[in-house]
Amino acid sequence: MSDIATRVKKIVVEHLGVEEDKVTENASFIDDLGADSLDTVELVMAFEEEFGIEIPDDAAETIQTFGDAVKFISEAA
Amino acid sequence: MGMFDLTGKTALVTGASGGIGGAIARALHGAGATVALSGTREAPLTELAGEMGERAHVVTCNLSDPEGVEALPKRAAEAMGSVDILVNNAGITRDGLMMRMSDADWQSVIDVNLTSAFRLSRGVLRGMMKARWGRIVNITSVVGTTGNGGQVNYAAAKAGLVGLSKSLAQEVASRGITVNCVAPGFIATAMTDKLNDDQKASILGAIPAGSMGSPEDIAAAALYLSSAEAGYVTGATLHVNGGMSMI
Repeated sequence: MSDIATRVKKIVVEHLGVEEDKVTENASFIDDLGADSLDTVELVMAFEEEFGIEIPDDAAETIQTFGDAVKFISEAA
Repeated sequence: MGMFDLTGKTALVTGASGGIGGAIARALHGAGATVALSGTREAPLTELAGEMGERAHVVTCNLSDPEGVEALPKRAAEAMGSVDILVNNAGITRDGLMMRMSDADWQSVIDVNLTSAFRLSRGVLRGMMKARWGRIVNITSVVGTTGNGGQVNYAAAKAGLVGLSKSLAQEVASRGITVNCVAPGFIATAMTDKLNDDQKASILGAIPAGSMGSPEDIAAAALYLSSAEAGYVTGATLHVNGGMSMI
């Protein structure tokens, strides 16, 4: 797993309080990991801080799964 | 310290150069909070900060300037380290009968009294969400509930603040952030000093308490809603009007 994926997973595990093995490539934050809409906003905020990037609102909406997040951040960071 | 201790908390108060805003800032500061005093005019803010001594910062801002409003939460957070409490108190009036009200008088009241509260609240939310603690107190008015001839713009803005507060309260309640309103009735300020004796008598006749309220009456309500003790109160409006309107 890439360094970015490891760091993203750590944020997701800590923020949503889920088991690490549940955070798979296609795991949806809302449907599979129990996030509510506010959690997804907070996750994006946490990603922005961790990686020092800006994630615009329209891009944030496309980040639905763990894999989406890793892909977006890998391209942006 | 007893109840409503705000030691270690930081508060941004808009309209702090006015009677009610100044009283709110003093109350929060007196309870131990660090305060950022905002207003359009720097001199009275600097004077108030000087009276307070430590834990007081001046952050001037013209709330009809969108860029200035956007920047204000950041400036306050830079000065204080965070913004734990936001009191949207600033307000203007441009009274007149609706048939004769200009678009400019409508818009300026909506901009300053409602839109700035939206922008400032949005600006402080990120820090509050991270801290899992926050207090937003919006100062509305009895006329937001009862209406008042000659104030369609002001009443609409104040009623709008209530709807904003209730909706935002629902969005962020799970994060330890509360959003409430304090609705003053007639409060003795520079504005009411201009009323003549007949006007005053007619107003007092409609107030069961028999007197106008003081800025400190409003400040006490704002202090309560800013405190840890009010953590289970959200989306509420606390009416402080001497019984003038029991709503």
